[in-house]
Amino acid sequence: MIRLFNVSKRFGGKLALKNISLDIEQGEFIFISGPSGAGKSTLLKILYLAENTFEGQVLIDGMNLSRISSSKLPVLRRRFGIVFQDFKLIPTRTVYENIALVLEAAGKKSAFIKKKVMQVLRSTGMEKKAKAFPLTLSGGEQQRVAVARAVVGEPSIILADEPTGSLDSTSARAILDFLIEYHKKGTTILIASHDLHLMKNTIQGKNIELNAGRIIRTDIML
Amino acid sequence: MIHFLKRALADIHSNKFLNLITIITIALSILVVSVFLLFFENAGRVIESWNQGGRAMIYLKKEFNADMLPELKTKINSLGDIDEMVYISKAKALDTLKNSMASQTTFLKNLKENPLPDALEIKIRSYNNFQEVQTLAQNIKAIDIVDDIEYGQSWLGKFLKIFNLFKITGYAMCGFFFLMALFITANTVRLAFYSRMLEVEIMRLVGATETFIKAPFYIEGLIQGFLGGVLGLGALLITYLMVSSGITQSLASYVYFDLRFLSVKMVISIIFSSTFLGWFGCYLSLKQIFK
Repeated sequence: MIRLFNVSKRFGGKLALKNISLDIEQGEFIFISGPSGAGKSTLLKILYLAENTFEGQVLIDGMNLSRISSSKLPVLRRRFGIVFQDFKLIPTRTVYENIALVLEAAGKKSAFIKKKVMQVLRSTGMEKKAKAFPLTLSGGEQQRVAVARAVVGEPSIILADEPTGSLDSTSARAILDFLIEYHKKGTTILIASHDLHLMKNTIQGKNIELNAGRIIRTDIML
Repeated sequence: MIHFLKRALADIHSNKFLNLITIITIALSILVVSVFLLFFENAGRVIESWNQGGRAMIYLKKEFNADMLPELKTKINSLGDIDEMVYISKAKALDTLKNSMASQTTFLKNLKENPLPDALEIKIRSYNNFQEVQTLAQNIKAIDIVDDIEYGQSWLGKFLKIFNLFKITGYAMCGFFFLMALFITANTVRLAFYSRMLEVEIMRLVGATETFIKAPFYIEGLIQGFLGGVLGLGALLITYLMVSSGITQSLASYVYFDLRFLSVKMVISIIFSSTFLGWFGCYLSLKQIFK
């Protein structure tokens, strides 16, 4: 499903990723760990082409990201549900509108959008905040909206960059459980986080540990 | 489509001041252009009415005699669409002159020779502008027996030259205001775009196409252009209603003149043009941003 061959990324003279090769199959739960600056976010950004200049090859469902045309880029990105580290919620739009945006961009009908958005709002416990604006919400609530937006389009892959980074342990646990629910439905999940302890004893998944842009360990978590 | 329209309206609502400035600028530009068009349309009709309904007087040479009349009439008829042709002999012309100057006939009575030429008065059946009359007159003047031809007021040609110069200035002004409105519309879109940079970035990241991102901006441009056009024409109509009767009354003593507002066709063209202007400003801006 996702294949990386010797992927390297430089920012100026500094190597952010060095010779990363990975094979990720459909339905896997991948945990990318490592300290700050290890290259976790950069790796995720390459997958959804927020970083589009890199060395090596990346294949996603047979699409070579080095050769993807600008017209195919939206198609690629709709395969992903992305939870951004800084949430990336539009401050001038309500919670409902922020989540609906994904489905509107995919050209879904308004009746379907309404039904689907309300469904994810209920499942994240945010239905009462549908008309609220992001800046009036707490960090935990904004995180839940970000997760709701990531899952509403039922993507085949969810990329989550530090999804529990700014949350207390209870909220972090709730977010993780929510993602696990989607994983059980067959969604491939990639979580980049420095908090390895949170993942332990929760789900069977693969942990890929990065340090200074290199994979230093790959193990199965039980 | 409804989604884009809602989005565009919401964006206009959230950037009320900026949009209001743009709409007012477009309205002012349209107002200036429309004032010129209104002036040209009405002035054109006044000039045509001054041209005495397409009449011309042909003065004939001394060598002319009545036997030449049928051939001359045929020649003149072949040159244009002549409605009426009346022969005025020099004797008849002198009689008419004497009658009209009955109180001062001493001078005319003492005339030993009739100084007036034979003449033909013609009326052109249909003509669209002064130039048509002018061309026909030149062709008639080229006939051997014709000495001179007088069409309309002799100063009308000179006046028309000045009027045409004014018309060119008017078009230049219209072009200038069009460019100004275009520049401001393009900049409004640019500012709106930059104020929504985060939104656009997020849209791209969640898989929105360029069309999905651009469409609300285009609709916003179209709305601005349309509203600017309607507002500009509305202002012109109000001004017209306020001053038209006064102008008509003032000019009535000099010439029959019925001041008219722009035709429906012209109004539709202006609104279409201003809507296009809104769209085009948006197009230029987005083309530059997305290149």
